[in-house]
Amino acid sequence: MNRIRSAALAALMALAALTGAPALAQTTIDEVLPDPAMEQRAIAIHKQLRCLVCQNQSIHESNATLAHDLRMLVRERLAVGDTDEQAIQYLVTRYGDWVLLKPPMKPETLALWLGPPIILIVGGVGAFVYFRRARRRAPEAPLSEAEQQRARRMLADPAD
Amino acid sequence: MEGQLTAELGHFALLLALMIAAVQAVVPLIGAQRDVAPWIAVARPAAFGQFLMVAVAFAALMRAFLISDFSVSAVYQSSHSQMFWLYKLTGTWGNHEGSLLLWILILSGFGAAVAAFGTNLPPALQARVLAVQAMIGVGFLSFIVFTSNPLARVIPVPPEGLGLNPLLQDPGLAFHPPFLYLGYVGFSMAFSFAVAALIEGRVDPAWARWVRPWTLAAWCFLTIGITGGSWWSYYELGWGGFWFWDPVENASFMPWLAGTALLHSAIVVERRDTLKSWTVLLAILTFSLSLLGTFIVRSGVLTSVHAFATDPARGMFILGFLIVVIGGSLTLYALRAPALKSGGLFAPISREGALVLNNLLLATACASVLLGTLYPLLLDALTGDKVTVGPPFFDATFGPLMVPLLAAVTVGPMLPWKRADLMGAAQRLRFVFIAAVLVGFVTWIFTTGMSWPAAVGIVLSVWLVVGSLVPLAERVKLFSVPFTESLQRAAGMPRSVWGMVMAHAGLGFVLLGITVLLTWQTELGTVLKPGQSASLNGYTFTFEGAGNVRGPNYTAVRGVFSVTRDGRPVTTLAPETRSYVGSAMTTTEASIRPVWFGDLYAAIGESDGAGGFAARFYFKPFVQWIWLGAMVMVAGGFVSLSDRRHRVGAPARRGAPAGGKIRTEASAAE
Repeated sequence: MNRIRSAALAALMALAALTGAPALAQTTIDEVLPDPAMEQRAIAIHKQLRCLVCQNQSIHESNATLAHDLRMLVRERLAVGDTDEQAIQYLVTRYGDWVLLKPPMKPETLALWLGPPIILIVGGVGAFVYFRRARRRAPEAPLSEAEQQRARRMLADPAD
Repeated sequence: MEGQLTAELGHFALLLALMIAAVQAVVPLIGAQRDVAPWIAVARPAAFGQFLMVAVAFAALMRAFLISDFSVSAVYQSSHSQMFWLYKLTGTWGNHEGSLLLWILILSGFGAAVAAFGTNLPPALQARVLAVQAMIGVGFLSFIVFTSNPLARVIPVPPEGLGLNPLLQDPGLAFHPPFLYLGYVGFSMAFSFAVAALIEGRVDPAWARWVRPWTLAAWCFLTIGITGGSWWSYYELGWGGFWFWDPVENASFMPWLAGTALLHSAIVVERRDTLKSWTVLLAILTFSLSLLGTFIVRSGVLTSVHAFATDPARGMFILGFLIVVIGGSLTLYALRAPALKSGGLFAPISREGALVLNNLLLATACASVLLGTLYPLLLDALTGDKVTVGPPFFDATFGPLMVPLLAAVTVGPMLPWKRADLMGAAQRLRFVFIAAVLVGFVTWIFTTGMSWPAAVGIVLSVWLVVGSLVPLAERVKLFSVPFTESLQRAAGMPRSVWGMVMAHAGLGFVLLGITVLLTWQTELGTVLKPGQSASLNGYTFTFEGAGNVRGPNYTAVRGVFSVTRDGRPVTTLAPETRSYVGSAMTTTEASIRPVWFGDLYAAIGESDGAGGFAARFYFKPFVQWIWLGAMVMVAGGFVSLSDRRHRVGAPARRGAPAGGKIRTEASAAE
């Protein structure tokens, strides 16, 4: 089922006919927690977890059977008294960091997280150097004698 | 009629197109290098011939789809005789082979357009541009002829087709790919001009003036394509999202970001004859990102269903082509760019400086999206580790880059060229700033749940919309001269200024839509039996019942919900889930009604087996502003495209006798 959204997006590129299951929103039937506050916590956690069989889709949005099972699993963990962090950790232990939509900061993702600021700094330094060099090249060569004469004539007669 | 435009004829035309492209890629280039006029003259007729042959092949394929000729493999794979005729037609590009043929059709179409309309180009430059364009054509035509023949036959002829992906049987998606490709492939023009300029060793304002309209047209089409895709996912995927940071979306967004940067830096080349080397690099990178997007989607490097080309030969071909094109053009750039002399000087605080900031932030944003899109693939390939780079990563990196960019959008046009006074600009914008903060403050008082990012978004969008009107008001001297004179001035203002004002204001509308939607949207998922109701945002949704509906090639379950507010009827929503003939797939057809300040949105899901149905309701405030704003941006692009200086005035190369110059020399001789 998770294929659905990725299938849809692929279709977006109109690249081809897919052999996929449907790409629906989460319109499966969930047994929600009796405590509304706890259910809100569960939904907040659902939005941070990846539907493992989908492309970039959270289990909150996915219609996949597995996503449904994971949603119920999160609810169970909260019901037995887990904190939000413990519930998330429970899933990370079982499925790895891959289940987190937001990649955690660790050695393997250092380049990912530091990439954008480094690119910005390098680009900024590049622009700074460009302006420094441009200023050093200035001022432009002074006007030649003939050009000065022409400029004087033009200034004297604006109609020219 | 049978047999007049057969698949074989189309296939033959395709082979001819490949041969013409091969000639067009070599002969005019040599002719331009050695200054052989007859060889240079080959370029134009070759460009027309190539386009004609590809058009014949495309027409043959389209005819096979229209008459459901299942002896053609592509038709058998992705069409069905019971389909609505429009989807038979658009099914032509609803498959791997056909969509590639559309790609090539547009590519050769742009080539023919340069041959037809580029009459004021120096012949040698035109010949080089068309030769580079043909090189790309040779690559894609070989790809299609050798690995993905769209007109291959199936024997024995199957009695019925396998059917088109139901998701593609939708008016929005049917016309989405042509626009997307017009954008993607349109950037090939900027690329060809850049490579031709590197071969010539000359980039000047005239060059920028030729490149800009092509880039602007491509940008407009790509914006339409991306917006259409976003709108489609909103109503088709059943939960009302408008952007997912999915690799396939990112593949189209990266060329858009780079192309937007290119549009702005080309202005500096055109007006001030500087920033040339960077602009040429941007032109190369923009098209390279278009090619990379094609590779990402086609090669199967993205796991799951994006792997259309299960045949690894296809993936390797595109990867090889990508390396040749990007590697080759960047090598040429490294060799020739240092020779490009920089022209006019400017201070950091100036119009040019603002455009440099625009480029810095857009390029960084583009690189961040590229990094986030490719990181999981690279990490997996290098270490075998799996990592998910989801929307939170892009929100955390892309978002902060947009804040200074959007703040600068209003300031840039207020600065004069060369050297500017920031305090003076601030003075002229102080009322806009006060208005923006005031609107933010009033919103904060009258609403609940406004976060800091939301406050920044609201203030910035007012800053953009109102602020982009200030250069307009100043130019027409609003309130300082009689109103009728202001109107006259407005009528005489260059269309490029109107275009800029519209594009920047449209951006403000998009930002406002996104901010309000993300801050105040509400949703409710529940199970309802007929007669039961649910409430959301003051609206009451009552389930009237569900029934089966038959379409031409699908059956659907349609639920009917009547919506009331304070006891008064508002509307009736009728969402469906459809199951298509000959496909295991179902699609959701959400039911959407615009009301004051937003959309009501309903989707129906599975039955609980006891008369109840899963249903989801959403209130989506200001969501239409996102797409309307994008359309205002596109309209701005087209208005700017219609500017006089793009239509008339064969842009003269420097050194050509321009009127003013002759006069001064004449007077100097006196």
